[in-house]
Amino acid sequence: MELDRIEKLLEKYLNASTSITEEKELRTYFSQESIPTHLEQYAPMFQYFSMAKEERFTKQVPIPITVRTRRVYFKWVSVAAVAVLMFGIYFGKEYQKQKEIDYAYSETKKALSLLADNFSRGTEKVAYLNEFENTKQKIYNSN
Amino acid sequence: MPFKDKLYRLAKRLLVSTEEAEDATQEILMKLWSKNDNIGKYNNVEAFAMTMTKNFCLDRLKSKQAGNLKLVHSNYGDDNSSLQKQVEANDSISWVQKIMEELPEQQKMVLQLRDVEEYDFDEIGELLDMKPTAIRVTLSRARKTVRERLMQKHSYGIG
Repeated sequence: MELDRIEKLLEKYLNASTSITEEKELRTYFSQESIPTHLEQYAPMFQYFSMAKEERFTKQVPIPITVRTRRVYFKWVSVAAVAVLMFGIYFGKEYQKQKEIDYAYSETKKALSLLADNFSRGTEKVAYLNEFENTKQKIYNSN
Repeated sequence: MPFKDKLYRLAKRLLVSTEEAEDATQEILMKLWSKNDNIGKYNNVEAFAMTMTKNFCLDRLKSKQAGNLKLVHSNYGDDNSSLQKQVEANDSISWVQKIMEELPEQQKMVLQLRDVEEYDFDEIGELLDMKPTAIRVTLSRARKTVRERLMQKHSYGIG
């Protein structure tokens, strides 16, 4: 009868050949109060299993909503940074070129003005020479 | 997540310490969350999560042992969850817990999955990457060990 069946089930249980429903039957059987003394030793085992199933995960998990959005955000930030860098390099190059041109222009202007200065100074001296020539002419004419 | 308790119980079975198990469960849930987009691709999310938990805990244990930071097995008694109170009410039931802690990891997991979570052999096989016959052998061994140790305790008459 009942007890006989439980003993058989226990035997099967220890050989791990019981089905899940049979194990449930054992668990309910051992959860009751009156268990024959020769089977009492099995009770804690099954009681523990039913009890262990009751254990709950109580810790609150912070929901990481930001994780996904932040990752996307970082991705786009890197794209933007690269774009900015490229533009920066491009315009930087352009600016440098412009500056070089300006510099060359101003240097040339300086050189030219130097030349012009010296040249005009030369012509001034030549003007003196002209004066000399004029005077010579005057002297010649008066004689 | 409907199966987070299962993950937690498995983690606790393996890691013993409540805090460690909570951290592990949290870690797994976060990982699952970050995979939120393609989670539909896995045909069995629960099994996937359980496998993740198993691997994570075994990794933890390995790193603990390598790092000479072995888990303190005595630190689980100081929380006052309802389970703990219930367990204290019946001392011999808490023995089962202690006996299970001493089992090898494989047996621990099989016993946990089968007798506590009531998974069938196919699911366990999928989770632990074992053949059904191997599971049966492991399970039988684990159950017999638990029974024998329990009987020893009884015959010493401590409880």
